Amino acid sequence: MEPMLEMFIFETNQNLEQLELITMNSEKNGTFSSEEINDIFRIMHTIKGSSAMMLVNEVATLAHSIEDIFFYMRENKPENVECSTLTDIILDSADFIKEEISKLEAGKLADASASLLSESTKVFLTELKVSNGDIAQEKTPKKPAKNQQYYIAAEKTSDEAEELNVFYAVIKYKENCEMENIRAYTVMNSMQDVVKEIYCLPDNILEDDDTAFEIRKNGFNIWFTTKKSYEEIHNLLEKTIFLQELTVKQLAGVEECDFWPVKKAVIKEVVLDDVPVKPILVAKKSEGHDAHQTMISVNVDKLDVLMDLVGELVIAEAMVTQNPELAGLELKSFHKASRQLKKISSELQDGVMSIRMVPLSGTFQKMNRIVRDMSKKLNKQVELVLVGEETEVDKNVIEHISDPLMHLIRNSLDHGIEVPEERVKNGKNTIGKITLEAKNAGNEVVINIVDDGQGLNRDKILKRARENNLIYKSEAELTDKEIYSFIFAPGFSTKEKVTEFSGRGVGMDVVMKNINAVGGTILVNSEPGKGSIITLKIPLTLAIIAGMTVKVGNASYTIPIVSIRESFRPIEQNIIHDPDGSEMIMVRGQCYPIVRLHKIYNISTEVTDFTKGIIIMVETEKMTIGIFADQLIGQQQIVVKPVPIYIKNISSIAGITGCTLLGDGNISLILDAVGLMSKI
Amino acid sequence: MAKDINDFYEEDTQKGKFLTFGIGREVYGLEISVVTEIISIQKITEMPEVPEYIKGIINLRGKIIPVMDVRLRFKKAFREYNERTCIIVVQMHELAIGFIVDDVSEVIFMEDDQIVAKPDIKSAQNQYIKNIGKVGDEIKLILDCEKMLDADDEVFLMELK
Repeated sequence: MEPMLEMFIFETNQNLEQLELITMNSEKNGTFSSEEINDIFRIMHTIKGSSAMMLVNEVATLAHSIEDIFFYMRENKPENVECSTLTDIILDSADFIKEEISKLEAGKLADASASLLSESTKVFLTELKVSNGDIAQEKTPKKPAKNQQYYIAAEKTSDEAEELNVFYAVIKYKENCEMENIRAYTVMNSMQDVVKEIYCLPDNILEDDDTAFEIRKNGFNIWFTTKKSYEEIHNLLEKTIFLQELTVKQLAGVEECDFWPVKKAVIKEVVLDDVPVKPILVAKKSEGHDAHQTMISVNVDKLDVLMDLVGELVIAEAMVTQNPELAGLELKSFHKASRQLKKISSELQDGVMSIRMVPLSGTFQKMNRIVRDMSKKLNKQVELVLVGEETEVDKNVIEHISDPLMHLIRNSLDHGIEVPEERVKNGKNTIGKITLEAKNAGNEVVINIVDDGQGLNRDKILKRARENNLIYKSEAELTDKEIYSFIFAPGFSTKEKVTEFSGRGVGMDVVMKNINAVGGTILVNSEPGKGSIITLKIPLTLAIIAGMTVKVGNASYTIPIVSIRESFRPIEQNIIHDPDGSEMIMVRGQCYPIVRLHKIYNISTEVTDFTKGIIIMVETEKMTIGIFADQLIGQQQIVVKPVPIYIKNISSIAGITGCTLLGDGNISLILDAVGLMSKI
Repeated sequence: MAKDINDFYEEDTQKGKFLTFGIGREVYGLEISVVTEIISIQKITEMPEVPEYIKGIINLRGKIIPVMDVRLRFKKAFREYNERTCIIVVQMHELAIGFIVDDVSEVIFMEDDQIVAKPDIKSAQNQYIKNIGKVGDEIKLILDCEKMLDADDEVFLMELK
């Protein structure tokens, strides 16, 4: 992708995210503070400018019409603002822009028309003006919003005695450059610093898009007074983008101007003294705003390469410091130096890892929007509380959990939270509460979705499970947790009516699949009438996991620590051999099947007696099995690498998900408990 | 444009050049353009459930690649690896693989007229040969890399039994 386009997409998405945040916050407060108005104005302005630059005209027009509203609100501070209608307009527009941006991202053309949205925005603005009585007052000098002269006064106190040059310039843009009025506006901005006073024709370039045609036809005329010389002015204007023709004339005085307005001192103060229009397009590079400047966007591929290199460095370091040729030598300073090296390289590893870590806040904030939209549609009152949104996870992981989270929140809202009347009847607060909480727990992130709704209906779930033949043991033996986890089975839904949001029965199993795909797990718990809690446990990163390395013959295998429940050396009495040759182990009264690694992978080893080796109990959603290996080597952080494609193509090697490099440069195969189950 | 020219020259300098290696008494040739490097034999990690000729995977400076014993691929008897044993790392399309050979001799140049079609004999070894090159009195069997990588189901099934 073109770097310019990439930057545009990245920036616009960031701006939109911020826009949603501000808007939703204002809606909560029921009013737009002046700071928020300024922020939204600025964001819309940036989007307008940059999308006009990228020739995404529909977006630019839409952004423009929203900017108009906020321009009006900023200038006139109207008292009656329909806050929720306005937020709807903004959010709809943000959705539209997002849609278009994602089209661009996919390499398509952003071709949807925003005319409907722009229209409703304009209608809203007119209504806003009418309701605040501004249209009637328009002619009073205090409210010059519509037919005012557009000009920028650089200094408040004009020094009359100063010698000033007066110029008249006509700028003609190249054909097909589009959005001439916006380009003209950038010229006005860039001139702001050098001129004393400036006037232009057509005058209302920002308010009226039709001026673009006028500029196309007649050129953009500006009159201004400045201390600069003719050359300086000419050079400055020469830099205008898409410039076709430039004429600059020096005039003897203001009197010579065909178009020099009578002094309107009053207006001057109203317009720009307190809130100067920021020259967005020009100043953005130098000034930046908020935290954006300290951020850079990096291609994830580059980080992957960096990560690989660090992995190699760690291995290379181990090769040097643990070199067999050093064995038995007294090397005091060598060991001191190698310790230092180890410290630095492990810090480097942490550093590179942390680059890939992204806070969950972005994903969490998105939920705000869902809760807002849904509660409006379902006539429920819901408050979303976010806790621990600063918790960081690997970028890959975030991409995988965004959808599941959305599903779960929707489900809580749709199935969990009751309508206000029912809540009152049950003696609850009319406003339902959904808490989305994230916290670190070792190498995992735990995300809880807690709602105070009606909870899961145990009997209904059981009934559905019976109908779908999901029950695999006698019903009396099923624990509540086991019953609740049926909701993750494919095609399962107890909701009689399918709503727009949920009830189709797809969703929960997709949630399960997505979470499992990143090596996470889901637990459900619920209390009838009090609410339910869904817990997701997600590994921090996919690239590096904690693994236990075991030895079988000459081969080593690594088992992800998360799936290990315990390991021990068995005693003879606990081993059960059944008539058809399968072996089982009794642990605390429970019986589990055993998988002999050396047997299934055909490895020659001397340890074939259970009491000589070790059994590692590995847990998955479905069942627990014991893996028999020769001995434990130890626990370490491993970098997961895929099995070479060639090998994957010729054989399906059940039970192996990837490989990893050990400290000594040897390769260890990563075992996958689920795959091993198929071996039983 | 410049890139095309570079490609052209690169192609040109490698054309007609073959890396020769020995398996038993025969000498084989491999087009130099697919060869990325030659390394000495190193520790191989065995993979379960793969055909016998796939000896396993090796760690090539952090990259994990599979290695194939060319001897076993040709259904010859296995020979213990020694200090002459080499792994020729070949990159084809997106795929990297190492060929384990008895020894590597040299890079030779052969004109098009030195290369002739292979005789029509059906044998396991023959199917991996593209054509035959003649340098003086010597015969070089030119390997067909694509065929080497095809998982022929027949062999695979036999090994499973």
